[in-house]
Amino acid sequence: MSAGVGVDLENLWIRFGDFVAVRDANVHIKGGDFFSFLGPSGCGKTTILRAVSGFLEPSEGNVLIGGNNMKGIGPNKRPTALIFQNLALFPLMKVWENITFSMEIKGASAGERRKRADELLEMIALPDQGDKLPSELSGGQRQRVAIARALCAEPDVLLLDEPLSALDLKLRQHMRTELREIQKRVGITFIYITHDQGEALTMSDDIAVMRAGVIDQIADGKTIYNDPATAFAASFVGENNVFRGKVAKVMGNEVMISTNRSGDLVSRVSTANQGKLNVGDDAMMFIRPEALALAPDGASGDHFVTATVTHEEFEGNVFNIFTEGDGGKEIKVSLPNLGQSFESHTGQPITLEYDSNNAVAVPAGELAAE
Amino acid sequence: MPGFLKEFFNRNGMGMGLTILGLVLFWTVGLIILPQLSMLDFSFRPNLPPPEIGGPKDVYTLENYKYLIFGPEGGSQDYNVVDLKVFYRTLIAAVFVTIFNLILCYPIAYYLGQTKGNHIRIFALMLIIPYWINEILRAFALRIIFGESGVLNTVLMGLGVFDTPFDFVRNDIALYAGLGYAYILLMIFPIYNVIESLDRNQIEAARDMGASWWRIHRRVVIPYAKPGISSGCTMVFMLSAGALAAPQILGGPSSLWFTQLIYQQFNDNSDWPQGAAYAVVLLVTCILLVLLAMRLFKVNMGDIGK
Repeated sequence: MSAGVGVDLENLWIRFGDFVAVRDANVHIKGGDFFSFLGPSGCGKTTILRAVSGFLEPSEGNVLIGGNNMKGIGPNKRPTALIFQNLALFPLMKVWENITFSMEIKGASAGERRKRADELLEMIALPDQGDKLPSELSGGQRQRVAIARALCAEPDVLLLDEPLSALDLKLRQHMRTELREIQKRVGITFIYITHDQGEALTMSDDIAVMRAGVIDQIADGKTIYNDPATAFAASFVGENNVFRGKVAKVMGNEVMISTNRSGDLVSRVSTANQGKLNVGDDAMMFIRPEALALAPDGASGDHFVTATVTHEEFEGNVFNIFTEGDGGKEIKVSLPNLGQSFESHTGQPITLEYDSNNAVAVPAGELAAE
Repeated sequence: MPGFLKEFFNRNGMGMGLTILGLVLFWTVGLIILPQLSMLDFSFRPNLPPPEIGGPKDVYTLENYKYLIFGPEGGSQDYNVVDLKVFYRTLIAAVFVTIFNLILCYPIAYYLGQTKGNHIRIFALMLIIPYWINEILRAFALRIIFGESGVLNTVLMGLGVFDTPFDFVRNDIALYAGLGYAYILLMIFPIYNVIESLDRNQIEAARDMGASWWRIHRRVVIPYAKPGISSGCTMVFMLSAGALAAPQILGGPSSLWFTQLIYQQFNDNSDWPQGAAYAVVLLVTCILLVLLAMRLFKVNMGDIGK
């Protein structure tokens, strides 16, 4: 199997009038990768996808597919296939005609098309459904037909615009696995647009986190989760507790942050920001709910936080404790349920403990909206 | 009582239900079906002076229909060539007006239906407002444009296209333009209505797969718009075949429209039975042609109502 065709965005700017939808994006997507653009709605991720598919000309910069500049090449001439958010199956064509529409355009005979449709239907586990109309299929089946239709064009790059968002939760989780398997099987580059960090983390080789037209960080899922480059990436991907303050001391790759309400706390500096945090800078420190643990009463120091419990909840796999936190935000602590008994602390102060390796400090910045 | 009627009364109550039902029946039976049946009845009776109506001579006959085909008894020709020619020409011309209208209106309807923005509402208004003007006035306005010393001839002669004025009226160009113009709204709006609900992503999906504009329209847009297209074509065809004002005002002296013959029978000859027979023949032929076209293009009756 070939290594697949890569996609590069070079100094890409996209403006609509005065509004900047994409600001100086530079992305290198390796051939054969499953690459996701992750961000809240309106962050410009769909705009980037439209620029790659050719429905939109960038205001500045270049889109390269397999090293070839796509400037001036229309969507019908690019080696990409796009799966729309609402799938956009043709309602009046049978499933097999939908799937092989790209072959019909090239003038393939009905026999050839039928044969190819049957192969693809086999691949998406919908054999013998070719003569139905799309409206006669379930949501998940339509989803798979849309994938087959896109793959039938034998694109070098498959573009997916939040294709799972219309499905219910169970089906969505199932389709994640299926999409990833299909991608591995066909070996072509997938570019996936989503606002759902769960989808991005489970499926992608690499993820670009986007905020208001800017790409904050490009890395694999583990890195983005454990070592975010910005406050936005830290707060958007997964749950996180934020502690604001000023840098009080720099100690190699760690800093002491004098926080607004929890005293001096020690934290690792995220890799992308090492050497960039200086004494006196506004900083934010993030600790995941699962990285906090209950400390013995009376413990204090630079990796202990004391706060009053507001409420508690039992979620099954974890027991969550919420305490008063910084800037009106609560601190959430998730204790794994290992069969131990949880005693209630509501209304009482508790001391929490963390390992400075599991805390990450970044320059102060915009947080993701909740 | 059938289920749908029961449900109808349950939903609206007895009083309201009976009122609505009564009004609908009055409209369809009283105002449409009964008058047409009486016309049908007329068409099978001889044209008698009032005292003899209901008398022994008032019997059912086919002579009015015979007249359309064979002409007056003892006439110089075997067939009623003049009237049959008018009939045939009217139908052919109505078919052409319909096709011409479709070609003209489909792109307009597509543009209106797939473009977003406030200017679309203004465009639609600009299409509608001219129809506030009386049909006869609109026809005369076209006469002013197409007349021998009309605007068009003046401009074309000024540009040196013609040396002498071109007779748009005698060549029926004015008539076709008038008929086409009279019914464009009835073609545009049904198509516009359907195309407006077409998901733009479908067009983009087809384009993304490499389809040309022509193929996108042939495979995606036109099949989707078919109910609107058939609805528009049916109305335009029926109305042009049955038009009177435009042919009267814009038609050349030598080209009669079949409706003008019907009008003459009713009005000038006071021969209602003969006029009724002509009208029935026109109506039935038009309906048959529409049904045939629907068969040909695989359109369901239900689609026409869309």
